[in-house]
Amino acid sequence: MTDIVSLDALVARIQPGQSLAIPVEGVAMAATAALLEAGIRDLKVVCVPISGMQADLLIGAGAVSALETSAVSLGEAGGAPRFTAGVRSGAFALHDSTCPAILAGLLAGQKGVPFMPIAGIIGSDLLRVRPDWKVIDSPVGELRKVVVVPAITPDVTLFHAPEADRAGNIRIGRRRELAEMAYAAKRALVTVERIVDRNLLETEDAAAAVLPSLYVDAVAVAPRGAWPMSLWDEYPGDDAEVARYAAMARTEEGFRAYLSGFLTRRKQVA
Amino acid sequence: MASELERKEILITAIADLLDGIRHVAVGASSPIPAAGAMLLRARNEAAGKPPVRISVLGSQKHNFFTNGAVEIFDCAAQGRIDAFFLGGGQIDGAGNINLVGIGEYPRTDVRWPGSFGSAYLYHLVPRVILFREEHSSRVFVPKVDFVSAKATTPEVARRGGPHALLTNMALFDFDREAGCFRLRSVHPGFSSADIRANTGFDYEQPATVPTTPGPDAATQSLIRGRILDELAESYPAFARTMKQAA
Repeated sequence: MTDIVSLDALVARIQPGQSLAIPVEGVAMAATAALLEAGIRDLKVVCVPISGMQADLLIGAGAVSALETSAVSLGEAGGAPRFTAGVRSGAFALHDSTCPAILAGLLAGQKGVPFMPIAGIIGSDLLRVRPDWKVIDSPVGELRKVVVVPAITPDVTLFHAPEADRAGNIRIGRRRELAEMAYAAKRALVTVERIVDRNLLETEDAAAAVLPSLYVDAVAVAPRGAWPMSLWDEYPGDDAEVARYAAMARTEEGFRAYLSGFLTRRKQVA
Repeated sequence: MASELERKEILITAIADLLDGIRHVAVGASSPIPAAGAMLLRARNEAAGKPPVRISVLGSQKHNFFTNGAVEIFDCAAQGRIDAFFLGGGQIDGAGNINLVGIGEYPRTDVRWPGSFGSAYLYHLVPRVILFREEHSSRVFVPKVDFVSAKATTPEVARRGGPHALLTNMALFDFDREAGCFRLRSVHPGFSSADIRANTGFDYEQPATVPTTPGPDAATQSLIRGRILDELAESYPAFARTMKQAA
């Protein structure tokens, strides 16, 4: 059964040393604030397949010991300052990737196989810095070289979605990668805008846009829980806030000041 | 010297020409000029009764018909259903390799950029990759990139994808996949071939006389300033507004 819990109880299920998968749309920002408030450390973060302010906040707060990602960027607001500084100082183990390789790793994880073949990549220096990726001769079918990447099986997947029902089914729309993250992970923790009384699996059309509660360990309500990121069909991104973050996070002191305000704001909203 | 508006119109027109003949082009969420070029091709084809052009704007809710999550665009490219795509680079070298990672010794690079995104994969699979980098300097166009995010040619493995052209604020180059190098095709108004040589850190081929990149004709220009800017405003409002005001 999926537990419906408070935001603090939800993030208490994330332990230091665990790997944590986070998406690029459906970003659980309120949960990230709660996680940082709880003093989380030593997270091995997997960005699916890239991240922005969420990864930058976690890095800046010193909560990340390893990072696998295809990119970290604040989009229109520019580069991710704490990520950039952390790379330069060697603050975390960096596992550079490319978007479809992260998705292929998760696919292997969801299928319970040790690796997944993937097209392209050959010739990229990513193969040099990712000794866990191999180039093999395809053992079956067309004779050709193919890259294989290991399964990604995160300890925890954390994301934010519009709705859950009382049973813990989550409406994810067409963001199928959120389902794939949950399939591959040992547990999935989800924050939602609201919990609805109707059964989200009731009709064929509705069920097609749902991650079933089978894969969901716990749900917490967090209104505007993706802010300042956007949530499809619910609210646009707060570009001015991301730009404010980008400017402040350029220095360590500025970042600390932003983080303090970000955590205070969450307590006021909650 | 062309005005800022004319500069953008030349780039948009050049992109539409480079895309001629494609059926489906994918465009990044923060790439208004490539998107405008694709929209110009779509409008032109429509007027000429040519086959329609499909444009996927990544990250856009409205102009994105994918339903299978983040993986679908990559699967779609592997199936041969995406004909053209745009890539940039913090560094691009004379062999067409691109670097989206950083400058210096990896991993603790002195300069760090966001990361490779999908480039290492899409460069192999999309037949017509247009390298688009507005800044034309020897800082960007280097003899050899510090980190190969995506390799332009791989004689050791068969591939259908790779660079087709390189478009900058100053010039347009073709890429020769056999030779693995760029060839200057044209220079934008206001620049000479000597300017290009002085601002390009890698070697490239050059014809005896280098033509000027054509700007839009009157009909194309009014199409850009009308319909294209209106279409563009849905996904790139700030960019479209600036262009509209200048026009």
